[in-house]
Amino acid sequence: MSDAIIGGQDRIAKRFAKLKEEGRAGLVTFITAGDPDPEASFEILKSLPEAGADIIELGMPFTDPMADGPAIQEASNRALAAGMHMRKTLSLVRGFRDLDHETPIILMGYYNPIYIYGVAEFLEDARNAGVDGLIVVDLPPEEDAELCVPTVEKGLSFIRLTTPTSDDKRLPKLVQNTSGFVYYVSVAGVTGAGSASNDQIVEAMGRLRRHTDLPIAVGFGIKTAQQAADVARQADAAVVGSAIVSKIAESLDENGKATDKTASMVTGLVRELANGVRNARK
Amino acid sequence: MTSSSPTLNSYRALPDPDGHFGNFGGRFVAETLMPLILELEQAYKDAKSDPAFKKEMDYYLRHYVGRANPLYFAERLTEELGGAKIYFKREDLNHTGAHKINNCIGQILLAKRMGKTRIIAETGAGQHGVATATVCARFGLPCTVYMGSKDIERQSPNVFRMRLLGAEVKPVVSGSRSLKDAMNEALRDWVTNVEDTFYIIGTAAGPHPYPELVRDFQSVIGNEAKEQILEAEGRLPDQVIAAVGGGSNAIGLFHPFLDDKGVEVVGVEAAGHGVHTGKHAASLSAGKPGVLHGNRTYLLMDDDGQIKEADSISAGLDYPGIGPEHSWLKDIGRARYEPITDTEALDAFKLCSELEGIIPALECSHAIAQIVKEAPKMGKDKIILMCLSGRGDKDIFTVAEALGVKL
Ligand SMILES: Cc1ncc(COP(=O)(O)O)c(C=O)c1O
Repeated sequence: MSDAIIGGQDRIAKRFAKLKEEGRAGLVTFITAGDPDPEASFEILKSLPEAGADIIELGMPFTDPMADGPAIQEASNRALAAGMHMRKTLSLVRGFRDLDHETPIILMGYYNPIYIYGVAEFLEDARNAGVDGLIVVDLPPEEDAELCVPTVEKGLSFIRLTTPTSDDKRLPKLVQNTSGFVYYVSVAGVTGAGSASNDQIVEAMGRLRRHTDLPIAVGFGIKTAQQAADVARQADAAVVGSAIVSKIAESLDENGKATDKTASMVTGLVRELANGVRNARK
Repeated sequence: MTSSSPTLNSYRALPDPDGHFGNFGGRFVAETLMPLILELEQAYKDAKSDPAFKKEMDYYLRHYVGRANPLYFAERLTEELGGAKIYFKREDLNHTGAHKINNCIGQILLAKRMGKTRIIAETGAGQHGVATATVCARFGLPCTVYMGSKDIERQSPNVFRMRLLGAEVKPVVSGSRSLKDAMNEALRDWVTNVEDTFYIIGTAAGPHPYPELVRDFQSVIGNEAKEQILEAEGRLPDQVIAAVGGGSNAIGLFHPFLDDKGVEVVGVEAAGHGVHTGKHAASLSAGKPGVLHGNRTYLLMDDDGQIKEADSISAGLDYPGIGPEHSWLKDIGRARYEPITDTEALDAFKLCSELEGIIPALECSHAIAQIVKEAPKMGKDKIILMCLSGRGDKDIFTVAEALGVKL
């Protein structure tokens, strides 16, 4: 257990250091905790590092995911319908941490379930479970006192989303208080929507690098190994969410239940994406 | 949290610069939207201090909306209840039949000033959707209205009106398929169309500066009513009362009276099948503070912070949250909020129609129902001033169904 509670910032920093050593970008994979049900979700989660995920983003299900497209909305609905809630999400992480001491886990979602859990208690429990960082979509820097500052004080990373609307004037405010890495949402839109062009990404990376030395992960709209490779040539990591979650949806039976293909279909896709990312700079 | 007590001994000084009403309000939005709401805040500040903006606003409110609308003494209802004198502020007589247009005029003029070329909105009852579609037609801007598919079924006349006005009505099938989900979908549209789109929020909720600007645009209700009651009675009312969905007609009536100590402030929430049944929309009576749609406010939710579906016969009140200023007014005790069930509202709807020859919207029928409870207990020398927020034509199908009448 002592391993599980090494500071979250450490595990993320170590992972990016290792990627740098290997001379490649990382693959960040997103799944929603409890999708399609808690047991199947644990099977999927467990299998991700082996399939090539360098960092895992685990969605905290929420009834009103305002910044998500249909794929992740449905994942949230499936998880909630299967009885998922925050305490179970944290046990999922704990179960994973018992098996894997190195792969960083970032919880991603919306503020209300954390607020209702209680910020101090949540941070304590998340840290003890082996969570490394948080991405909370509806907490811009204007609301840093709510969660960002206490998170960083607790030794976990608070990872900020930067977007095409983050100009040079706003970026300093965005990278302040943040740690771990910076997530660049490459298109203005909901998750799963269209992707940015290579030129747009190059331009955005230039802008971001002027304001931070943190690693930069780029996501939104990455569906194929080719797209992941394109991003991996520019950024420190490529994030894939909706495509993986859609694969889960595709694997379910007519009643929406997990099948014996569910985990393998997901790992199959992750393997392809990882290949793309790993060979991008060769 | 720097402003939990009002400054300047006034209840009218908030929000603070960060959009807080005490512990409520704020800006809980995705980063993509932050520059947009900051831009809006600045544009609104500029507009407020520009006499030309006020002049334009006044022009449209007078010549297009038909303001000032009357403050009407509901004589027969007063007689029937045998207590306090009851006055209705007649927002039902506005163009499009509800108070919603006051706010839409303000926001579309802002949108024009900001050079935005496309308008989006959410709607529950369809009144805000109709008002938005109306101003979009008038000012020549394309309009997309998000509406829960459940509401599309129960408010079909308004859906047709919006389409006649040239708006695109997009059904929302996610979640509970009503107002909260329409708002989610409008926010999703907005993050996708950040360059050209202005989001006209229909109630005094959402991220700062919306609760403030919607309140300011709706305050024309209370400002007029105050002048009118002084003229009619030579004094202020003992109570102001309004139905609260998101809370825009209510805050518009209340705000000008908040510093008048002798005026009691009462908001009426939709209790659906009854607060004890769990099937209701009474977020202030039965909810707790949480964060949704850009602000901290009272919400209906479970122990895990998952938002619950609201339930009300009135589509315009069928929302699991409430504007943040109402949460603050409740907590500091300046206003009280009372729940009224579907059945009570229906009875009041009939009573008002039969006694006053005014078919009220189901939303404000909730306020009438509360008056039915309270007026008889008040002396005949007391005065109640209610916001009759809209007319009930849109609700006749819902009411017919509830009464078992086939149209
Ligand atoms: C006539 C009428 N009254 C009241 C409301 C409730 O909204 P609010 O609380 O913002 O006034 C609505 C909403 O659609 C409405 O149409």
